[in-house]
Amino acid sequence: MLKYVSRRIAISLVILVLISATVFLIFNYLPFDPARLSCGKHCTPEIIAGNRHRLGLDVNWWIQWWRFLQGIFLGRNYGEGAALIHCGAPAFGYSFTQHACVTTLLGQALPVTVSLAIGAFIMWLLLGVTLGVISARFRNTWIDRLSTVFVLIGTSLPTFISGLLLLLFVVLKFNLISPLDLGTWHSPLTDPWGWFSSYFWPWLSLALIYAATYTRFTRSNVIETSSEDFIRTARAKGVSERKVLWKHTLRPALAPILTIAGLDFAGLLGGAIITEQIFQLPGLGRLTLQAVLQDYDLPVIVATTTLAAAFVVIANLLVDLAYALLDPRIRIS
Amino acid sequence: MSNLLDVKGLNVAFPTIDGEVRASVDLNFELNRGETLAIVGESGSGKSVSSLAIMGLHNRARTVISGEVILHGSKGSMELISASDETVRRLRGKEMAMIFQDPMSSLHPYYSIGAQIAEAWMIHNEGSKKDGMKRAIEMLDLVEIPSAAKRAHEFPHQFSGGMRQRAMIAMALVNNPSLLIADEPTTALDVTVQAQVLQLLQDMQKEFNMGVILITHDLGVVAEFADRVNVMYAGKIVETAGVEDLYYRSMHPYTIGLLRSIPRVDQIDNHRLDAIKGAPPSLINLPMACSFAPRCEYASMVPESRCTQSQPELEAKESNHFARCFLPAERIAELRS
Repeated sequence: MLKYVSRRIAISLVILVLISATVFLIFNYLPFDPARLSCGKHCTPEIIAGNRHRLGLDVNWWIQWWRFLQGIFLGRNYGEGAALIHCGAPAFGYSFTQHACVTTLLGQALPVTVSLAIGAFIMWLLLGVTLGVISARFRNTWIDRLSTVFVLIGTSLPTFISGLLLLLFVVLKFNLISPLDLGTWHSPLTDPWGWFSSYFWPWLSLALIYAATYTRFTRSNVIETSSEDFIRTARAKGVSERKVLWKHTLRPALAPILTIAGLDFAGLLGGAIITEQIFQLPGLGRLTLQAVLQDYDLPVIVATTTLAAAFVVIANLLVDLAYALLDPRIRIS
Repeated sequence: MSNLLDVKGLNVAFPTIDGEVRASVDLNFELNRGETLAIVGESGSGKSVSSLAIMGLHNRARTVISGEVILHGSKGSMELISASDETVRRLRGKEMAMIFQDPMSSLHPYYSIGAQIAEAWMIHNEGSKKDGMKRAIEMLDLVEIPSAAKRAHEFPHQFSGGMRQRAMIAMALVNNPSLLIADEPTTALDVTVQAQVLQLLQDMQKEFNMGVILITHDLGVVAEFADRVNVMYAGKIVETAGVEDLYYRSMHPYTIGLLRSIPRVDQIDNHRLDAIKGAPPSLINLPMACSFAPRCEYASMVPESRCTQSQPELEAKESNHFARCFLPAERIAELRS
């Protein structure tokens, strides 16, 4: 087991390094030049060259990448002379357009995105798995059909529709939360209710679409597992129907759901661009979107992209480890 | 030997769009304590379906069931078909237990062998998990699993095929049931292991004085292990007799065919196996005739084509030996030899 874990961690580290290199390679070939963009209207080749040097773009992409990696562990200086700025480790770059260390920007955006992702995740898991189990238990009855209707609505409503509808009714029609409260950060530690109520609707909008898929997935997994031979054995032992479902069926049925759930959660941690935009949440998604749309803020884009990829890799690792805990057949071999 | 199980007129049918599949028709038999009844037949003959129905393990939503199954258990007699689900559930695993064909897929992959046996004990007894585990180790010891205390904490995939079936037997017997249904318990096992598992079943039967219903299509297993045999064809018992009567004085053409189709070591010439020609009939809308008639080489010997006109009843051919055939016993005996 220990060998398995250490091997998986090592592989994940290699993948992370490769991802960051790939990100640098990709951005190196993008058809725009940050040095030119940061120059303004009256531009001379000298100024561009100076900018390029200050931005650290006057060297090969792999040297830029190496400096980036160094910065993560050692911190890094940006600019020079009087304009020298130091970002402490872990430094992910310096945003010259926002005049801030990228780490600081990430530090502001991350709690928002994490709040959004965790709440939505819990909500859709509870909703999806519960509904899935119920419709499997009462399959082909009106309860099952009702949940199918929910699934259809959920999957066919993209977040930019459901989010806007929620915004329209919750904020504008019924005033359940104040429009001014949108996007305000309430710490879950000092103001749990404020945190909860400001995130509830974004959660719901995200959870709806995911829960629909999870309902369907849980339903089919539960039905499939309940026809397994070991379920018949459980009944032959005299296990009650309730326990057959909640103990014998659900654990194997939910194991594969864990895999997708982990990856979906990681994907959300990278930033829910649409939902954050609709509900004015200053999270990673909005940070990325602004960096791309407004100012080609390369250090921010590199950092958020790498971070999003890192979340997926880490989630993959955690899912595999959790799966090993759940399924003894994987644990041993 | 005291009476343990009475099955009277058991019908099991599955309604489908094409019509009702009659998997078991008017099944009658009884079983005593300490006795082994083998139910023999090819796939789809209704042997498994009827046993699952006795255990109450059939799919209730999709099965139409009628008749009587009376279990004379340790706490008095009980009719199972009309009993509530909850009543039958309490009997399952306690008064009657079942083991299945494939022990790998029949054991839960996520729980240790010991935990699964302990669960079977804890359902029907007051006691902690620790007591259950202790009992599980005792049972694993009894079915001759080496270093049971250690292996109880292992998972099914760490056991060999034979050991898994032993563990299944341990689980089935943990509450000392009076009825054990073994549904092809050796089919999925290596031939060398089959004999050991059968021997174990036989030892356990003596130890617990159980009635055993052994479902199989392996006539070798039947000869070694069974006291009585029910031969089933297309949902009906076509012949029932003591094991020796059945083997040496078969009274139904189907049984004769089955016995002839066993490969024999002493036939060293390149003799082709005597297979029964044709295939079993569909169980939907069976005609009012002998179900075996289309495949029966003796059907033409019955006058007035009765075999295709009406259904033969299960009639006594000899004492304690019944067969569902129009041919008189003496005629069958002639044809058999």
